[in-house]
Amino acid sequence: MATAAVATASRVRTEKAPGIKPRGWIGFLFIAPNLLGVIAFTLIPLISVVVLAFTDWNLVSGLGGITFNGIDNFVAIARDPGFWHAIGLTLVYVVVSVPLTVVLGLALGIALNRPLPGRAVLRAIFFLPYIVNVVAIGMTWLMLMNPKAGLVNQVLDAFGIQPGWFASSHWALPALIVMAIWGGVGYCSLIYLSALQDAPRQLYEAADIDGASAWAKFRVITWPSLLPTTIFLLVTLIIGASQGFGLIALITAGGPGDSTTTISYYMYQTGFQFYRFGYASAIGLVTFVGVLVLTLLTWRAQRGRALNE
Amino acid sequence: MSKKWMWGIPLWILALAFLAPFAWMISTALKPDVDAYKIPMQWIPNPFQWDNFTTVLTGATSVLPAFGRSIFVAVLRVAGELITATMAGYAFARMSFKGRDKLFLLYLATAIIPAQLLLVPRFIYFQKLGLYDTLWALILPGMFTVLGTFLMRQFFISQPAEFAEAARMDGANEWRVFTRIYLPLATPVMSALGILAFVWSWNDYETPLVLISNPDRYTLPLSLTNFVDEQGQIAPGLTMAASVISIVPVLIVFVVLQRRFIAAMTHTGIK
Repeated sequence: MATAAVATASRVRTEKAPGIKPRGWIGFLFIAPNLLGVIAFTLIPLISVVVLAFTDWNLVSGLGGITFNGIDNFVAIARDPGFWHAIGLTLVYVVVSVPLTVVLGLALGIALNRPLPGRAVLRAIFFLPYIVNVVAIGMTWLMLMNPKAGLVNQVLDAFGIQPGWFASSHWALPALIVMAIWGGVGYCSLIYLSALQDAPRQLYEAADIDGASAWAKFRVITWPSLLPTTIFLLVTLIIGASQGFGLIALITAGGPGDSTTTISYYMYQTGFQFYRFGYASAIGLVTFVGVLVLTLLTWRAQRGRALNE
Repeated sequence: MSKKWMWGIPLWILALAFLAPFAWMISTALKPDVDAYKIPMQWIPNPFQWDNFTTVLTGATSVLPAFGRSIFVAVLRVAGELITATMAGYAFARMSFKGRDKLFLLYLATAIIPAQLLLVPRFIYFQKLGLYDTLWALILPGMFTVLGTFLMRQFFISQPAEFAEAARMDGANEWRVFTRIYLPLATPVMSALGILAFVWSWNDYETPLVLISNPDRYTLPLSLTNFVDEQGQIAPGLTMAASVISIVPVLIVFVVLQRRFIAAMTHTGIK
């Protein structure tokens, strides 16, 4: 959800609703049902999470047990090896899975943009993982990646490798990365596909007349025209990869050991297994700010490059 | 061989590899558990049996009640979101009132907050309100969304304001201008938003994982984790049969409304 808003936000701000004669409170009445709900179910929880981040509170002590402890939670986070371990894992997960998904999605998008037999069906097939719920997908992959008899290792047997996947602390994170790529490539390819259809046709024709190679055309025309899409996808996937904990809660519960305790799962664990609400809120807040800074940097770096070219 | 097929054949092979997990899911749902991990993999079930589906639908741990709850949650969320977001989006785009733009900025700021961050306060808050462990904990936040309001505002702002002015000259009141002139134009966007809201609600696993604890109130994704044997091992056939059932409604929406579905997904980037 957040992603779309980030993308929309930059677009929205540049437009202006043309002024219509003020009709006072009538417009407010139209907004009221939504606004009241947003206040009750989003705004109040949002303020609460900020307040909670400055408290020491767990479920056992009840509402009366809330004590404000200033920035203690944030100091504790800075010294918490569990937190930094989780941040490190999340970085590995994001840095490996996101660029691979985007690059493969781009290749697939370009391929699917050609005339192909059964093209519409092909597109639908690659998109399919994206619309299926995480439990059905997780359960299936868990069994596919069974180290002894799963289909994946039956295939890999031909190459003489037998990863332990979710049973091994070395292979559990790579297993999640494989799943993330499988699940995200089709989505990226579709986004690229709709961008490719807007690509500047005359430029390709001009390049053909000049006898440009396919690679030159890609580098000079296609890639720059796809840059906004690439940024959008990077931001979307970075946020998605750093916030979701469902799959991990389902398959590995952060393990074996703490080999898949990413930051979102660490927060889930702190909040809903140890019921340390204050500390969990602080972790959530720090992560959110971190991801926000990271996405803004991505945005800016790419935009700067776009201007230079 | 034409160029079309030179690209087509490798892509189809890749597509089949992509589909393998789904094929495995269906194959496993249709065979006895002893054959689930057979080496080499047996794609066509032999013996072929529907028992897993029968058990999952009619047995003691039937997924049908959870299926019904998921439908109930999704329908209310979709209806609520469509009504409140359309009205609010329209007012933000086409009506004028004091504080409108400031309010909209507040909406923008709220929209970048990931849902996961709000789970801790919602968990506490819903307990205080007596909504924890009820379906309303899933339904209510989904009925009033900032994102839906955005999408609708974006649409209405692209529509000419002259329609409204002309209608007002003829003496139509604001409600009439909205329902008679702008609402009919918004049907495609509303259906896109409806599809998104439905898929989002149908597939949501993290929210019920945190806010629902009684198995009698599980929605479908949670109920897929019910099929384990005494040792806590997943029962492959039952789990896969239930998974297939959980995919069917989204798949129907996808196949029937494919163009609109993809447009909705690609224009908003929501999952």
